[in-house]
Amino acid sequence: MTINEVQDNIIDEFSVFDDWMDKYNVLIEMGKELQLVDPKFKVKDYLIEGCQSKVWLYPAYNGSEVTFTADSDAIITKGIVALLIRVLSGRTPEEIINADLYFIDRIGLRQNLSPTRSNGLLSMLRQMKLYAMAYKAQGAGRGPKER
Amino acid sequence: MKDIDIIRSDFPLLQKKVYGKPLVYFDNGATTQKPLCVMEEVRKVYTEYNGNVHRGVHAMSDQTSEAYEGAREKVRSFINAGKAEEVVFTSGTTGSINAIAFSFGERYIRQGDEIIVSELEHHANIVPWQMLCQRKGAVLRVIPFNEAGELKTDEYLKLLSPRTRIVAVTQVSNALGTVVPLEEIIRPAHSMDIPVLVDGAQGIQHGITDVQSLDCDFYVFSGHKIYGPTGIGVMYGKEKWLSELPPYQGGGDMVDRVTFEKTTYNVLPFRFEAGTMNYAGAIGLGRALDYVAGLGREEILLREKTLLAYATDRLSSVKGLRIYGQAAEKICTLSFLLENIHQYDTGMILDKLGIAVRTGTHCAQPVMDHYGIQGTVRASLCFYNTLEEIDALGTGIEKVKHMFS
Repeated sequence: MTINEVQDNIIDEFSVFDDWMDKYNVLIEMGKELQLVDPKFKVKDYLIEGCQSKVWLYPAYNGSEVTFTADSDAIITKGIVALLIRVLSGRTPEEIINADLYFIDRIGLRQNLSPTRSNGLLSMLRQMKLYAMAYKAQGAGRGPKER
Repeated sequence: MKDIDIIRSDFPLLQKKVYGKPLVYFDNGATTQKPLCVMEEVRKVYTEYNGNVHRGVHAMSDQTSEAYEGAREKVRSFINAGKAEEVVFTSGTTGSINAIAFSFGERYIRQGDEIIVSELEHHANIVPWQMLCQRKGAVLRVIPFNEAGELKTDEYLKLLSPRTRIVAVTQVSNALGTVVPLEEIIRPAHSMDIPVLVDGAQGIQHGITDVQSLDCDFYVFSGHKIYGPTGIGVMYGKEKWLSELPPYQGGGDMVDRVTFEKTTYNVLPFRFEAGTMNYAGAIGLGRALDYVAGLGREEILLREKTLLAYATDRLSSVKGLRIYGQAAEKICTLSFLLENIHQYDTGMILDKLGIAVRTGTHCAQPVMDHYGIQGTVRASLCFYNTLEEIDALGTGIEKVKHMFS
């Protein structure tokens, strides 16, 4: 599936809910399915600190695809993190760099990615792209030493 | 006091619905909603007489200047300052504190001097002093608070020293709601000839502030937190201080005579008001103070005490909820956390229920550090809130608990 196909699937999944509470309940459930970052990587180097909530993001690169594991201290943030990972993890650096993420807007969660929210999500998205750029430049299968 | 429904009808935004639900506005600590009369007053400036203040010979400039100076007089009367010259308009509390920290620092702070603030302060009453300390090699001393959120005044007395140059404390904690016993701060400082600045951002709108009976040397507050416009604030300073302090900013209107060799400054308060001031904001603030005075500050205080008692009872009945800040004297601000539920999650769900609260550190990270927490949910109420809204918050919190358990 392409990045956009996954995005369209998510939009479909959310389209059945009119009520905000239902949407958040789904996000809470999605957060539970998130592939959690190994506790040993829950350190400052992999922490993306927002004023409102924290996000940990750890990348791994096998030479062709980047996979991400992550976590957050807030459950709703964690749900959105899970969505971002579902869309962007297991992709080539090229795909990640060029991804146009329209699903957040379409499922009505754009406010969560606004720069003023400071919940770590926008920085997380930037960081995912930065890792992808670094891997692309590096072209080899090592994890980044530091952000 | 007027009937609550009539009071609420003065505030157009309180009738708003968010996500289809009636708005419950509990973020008054961040900013208050405006009564229609304030908006009308600002509109009148621009539709009826707008001209720059103190500049023109023409009728409209005169009328604007008169309204602007009228607003200054209203502020003077509201805080009971001795003279209108002691009331300087600024952009807000932050602008006022920065101005004082700079001017006072230039004039009086030397290497090794000490400045006292408290652990309860908003960042706006910490950072400008820290910047001053860095510039001058001075030292910041901090009055700690106890578990309930009350300043330890006995510790404060130990901090006062011959090296102390100024004490800067808040009137009310924005994060916890604690009302600081200012007399216990000001009296000992004055006995050592140390001036005291009071940050009134969270105090001016809750109760009566009389700067003469308080005897504080500086008192600062923001217009938008007392039902006035944004971008306008007040810096009160005793004349004996303001006349000694060098101006903070240079520009038009603050000068007496300018030549390239030497410039002499205007009289108080104008020497602290460089450039075109936010006169429309000042005039709007004057109207807001009239509105508050019209409702009655004693009556507002009483009403808010009722709200605080009811809200404290309601929230305390929620199992697993902890209220941070249980000072004997506090305003109707309730900072809290639900056990094992992140403040951001709580805030997000409450928002979707139409309840506006603030989450996070409230620009008071040292307060959060004191309790070892990342932040809280803060419900900050004021006189136009109702018991029904508190019930809605209670129900909302139960819903949050259910969703995240």
